[in-house]
Amino acid sequence: MPRFFLLALLVSLVSAPFATAQDRETDSDAVHAFVGARVIPADAAEIERGTLIVRGSQIAAVGPVDSIEVPDGAVVHDVTGKVLMPGLICTHSHVGGIGGADGSGPIQPEVQVFESLNIHQSGFRRAVAGGLTTLNIMPGSGHLISGQTIYVKLRGGDTIDDIVYRDAEGRRMGGLKMANGTNSMRDAPFPGTRGKSAALVREKFVKAREYADKIEKAGDDAEKMPPRDLSLEPLVEAMAGTRIVHHHTHRHDDIMTVLRLSNEFGFRVVLHHVSEGWKVADEIAKAGAPCSLILVDSPGGKLEAINLIYETAAVLEQAGALVAFHTDDWITDSRHFLRMPALGIRAGLSRETAIRSVTIHGAIMLDLANRTGSLTPGKDADFIVLNGDPFSVYTKVLETWVEGTKVFDRSDPDDYLHAVGGYGAGDDTKLYLCCQEQH
Amino acid sequence: MSIRIDRAFVALLTFVTFSCWFSFSFATPALAQDIAVRADVIYTMDGSAPITDGIVLVRRGKIAAVGPRTSVTVPEGVQLLDVAVVTPGLVDAHTVVGLAGQYNYDHDQDQLERSDPLQPELRALDALNIQERLISWVRSFGVTTVHTGHAPGELISGQTLIAKTTGNTVDDAVLVQPAMVAATLGDSAQKDGKKSPGTRGKQMAMLRAELIKAQEYRAKLAAAEDDKKPARDLGLEMLVRVLDGEIPMLINAHRQQDLSNALRLAREFEIRIVLDGAAEAYRITDEILEAGVPVFVHPTMQRANRETKNLTMENAARLNAAGIPIALQSGYESYVPKTRCVLFEAAIAAANGLSFQDALASITIDAARILGIDARVGSIEVGKDGDLAMYDGDPFEYTSHCVGTIIDGRIVSDIVR
Repeated sequence: MPRFFLLALLVSLVSAPFATAQDRETDSDAVHAFVGARVIPADAAEIERGTLIVRGSQIAAVGPVDSIEVPDGAVVHDVTGKVLMPGLICTHSHVGGIGGADGSGPIQPEVQVFESLNIHQSGFRRAVAGGLTTLNIMPGSGHLISGQTIYVKLRGGDTIDDIVYRDAEGRRMGGLKMANGTNSMRDAPFPGTRGKSAALVREKFVKAREYADKIEKAGDDAEKMPPRDLSLEPLVEAMAGTRIVHHHTHRHDDIMTVLRLSNEFGFRVVLHHVSEGWKVADEIAKAGAPCSLILVDSPGGKLEAINLIYETAAVLEQAGALVAFHTDDWITDSRHFLRMPALGIRAGLSRETAIRSVTIHGAIMLDLANRTGSLTPGKDADFIVLNGDPFSVYTKVLETWVEGTKVFDRSDPDDYLHAVGGYGAGDDTKLYLCCQEQH
Repeated sequence: MSIRIDRAFVALLTFVTFSCWFSFSFATPALAQDIAVRADVIYTMDGSAPITDGIVLVRRGKIAAVGPRTSVTVPEGVQLLDVAVVTPGLVDAHTVVGLAGQYNYDHDQDQLERSDPLQPELRALDALNIQERLISWVRSFGVTTVHTGHAPGELISGQTLIAKTTGNTVDDAVLVQPAMVAATLGDSAQKDGKKSPGTRGKQMAMLRAELIKAQEYRAKLAAAEDDKKPARDLGLEMLVRVLDGEIPMLINAHRQQDLSNALRLAREFEIRIVLDGAAEAYRITDEILEAGVPVFVHPTMQRANRETKNLTMENAARLNAAGIPIALQSGYESYVPKTRCVLFEAAIAAANGLSFQDALASITIDAARILGIDARVGSIEVGKDGDLAMYDGDPFEYTSHCVGTIIDGRIVSDIVR
């Protein structure tokens, strides 16, 4: 089993018992029954006519209509002819007005992106309109290390802290954003070559390892503890496996450099974009590195994306790599997220992986698979209701539910505005204003 | 590959082509531009209903016959393809491919000259790289004709032209040259600091002044004796052609006040314009309809941001419902992706209020009409160019494929994409 999965499993086991304790207060007694839809659980076979039972913020049951009993007092939603699937997970988003590292240097792990986010930005509304319920919001790719990313659940909120994922100890969850290739190469103090890029990263991780050694040696002796170093702490976490490195990388040789560094320092890595992944698919699969892909309308736009092809997802799938997609919003609009796995299918990706690529696979890549990403009893009730097949251009997201609460309803005029656009759709807005009032 | 090619015909075709290679002086270019396609559905886009189980026959590069399979005889020796869906070759109403290249480095970015805000003399013909990969890329989705040229971003950025998406040189490809003069109103054509134009008011003042200069230039030309003609001014010459109504001005604008400014300019100088982008056009449909101005609607999936923050995926549908002539475009992209594909934009329009037929028309016959090339392309009608796009299902579905593209009776793409 690839290293990534083992660690993911370990982290899941450790944090699972605490997951429910972290849930925000909700109408814990409310029971909803969604009856008659085609149900796509993402971790099991599709159900022709299924029922989903939601109790409070969690999924209570899922199965064929004739095998699931609707509890007394449940609010029954007739979703005959519709499609129900997990809320979508975007492993790489820039909504919220991101600001990460500044121009002072190429390595700034101490910067936390969540401190720049504006929860009222309309991008969040567009994201739920597109069926997205969990995002990994990242700083940009103009640095070797541009800062700490943040995992958010798109429930309503007044401040960004209302929507961040927290781990068992109550700490905000996120990864570490890294990049190689041309985006992070600039004038000094930034690297000017690929060799220099790798050398700078290696140097920083060596320092972090020495820092970790000092901490370990100090044990309980406060006198011997090294002074805190905010820029090294995230790297120590990465090497300990508790903070995943999300690595922008396009070209085949850059991808191999990431795998090499990951192997040298033992950090878990998700490869992002991976435009030339098709050239080194076997190597990626062998390393057990998950891939989060973006498919755009044409190759090019920059040198390292010249060889981007739609077939990459299928090639990686066949090689045995874990495949997800991301919006990279604003590169692509969150409302068109399902188009991406559909384009993957167009170029040979299996339907099953296409479904998983925007749900459970994304959750695995964010260490959130114990909480979201599939319609599984015990997980958060994060799901979407569609009026047709998820991979048809004509299909619309009708409703988005997060933790048992409806956060988007296409029949609501204000939600509709954010789903299709129009006057005022780009203005700052309260997150989920209309739907919050309905509950 | 879902194109079924009769191998015997291919052998014959090869033989004939080979023969011609050595004997082209014997007049007829034989079967090089002869081809037939049988399809489950043919969307002719000539106003009649789609043909079920039909055949399109192309001879010598032109549509020779189209109709139900039983009514069209395919001459012996003509290659016969078999596909699910045939549409006219797609017409992209506005793009910059060929001036903008895939690498996005200075050496392949010729769509925008920054040295002066007013340069109507810049010809697209001198800048278009017809062998650019972005052109063959969009061609592989069925695009056979592009209206391409200088990009939005300067008050008057230059000229545009219309070309087929194949050819060894630009001269092989060009259909109309020049096609339009490209102008921009709004944020993207504004300058910082002490450079002009720095405001919307200044933009209009500068355009007005330049058009008045062109009026005076035209008057001098008309009044002067042959030996007293004013010195040639290539920029003003182009604007005179705009003033004469010969060439439309393509005005890129997004906000309502910029769109209204464009319409006002058209009224003042009695010039033909086409609105380009037009994110907020849905707010002034009456005004646009009254002006009789067509709109090249922004890509449906364009990002909502700054002056496009109020755009809607229903813009095309709302303008169409108001009776305004529209066409969809792939537009201009500065980063990733380096170009959009108009097929995908029409698909999203079709999913957001535009009927399937109207969406397809917006990238075929309606685009051709606004561009003034509908006598040659845009629909499958006898006598028109043999430009066809072939699909293995609903062309708009994400999971369908373009299985081949034909221009002037030649297969120019056989990639299944």
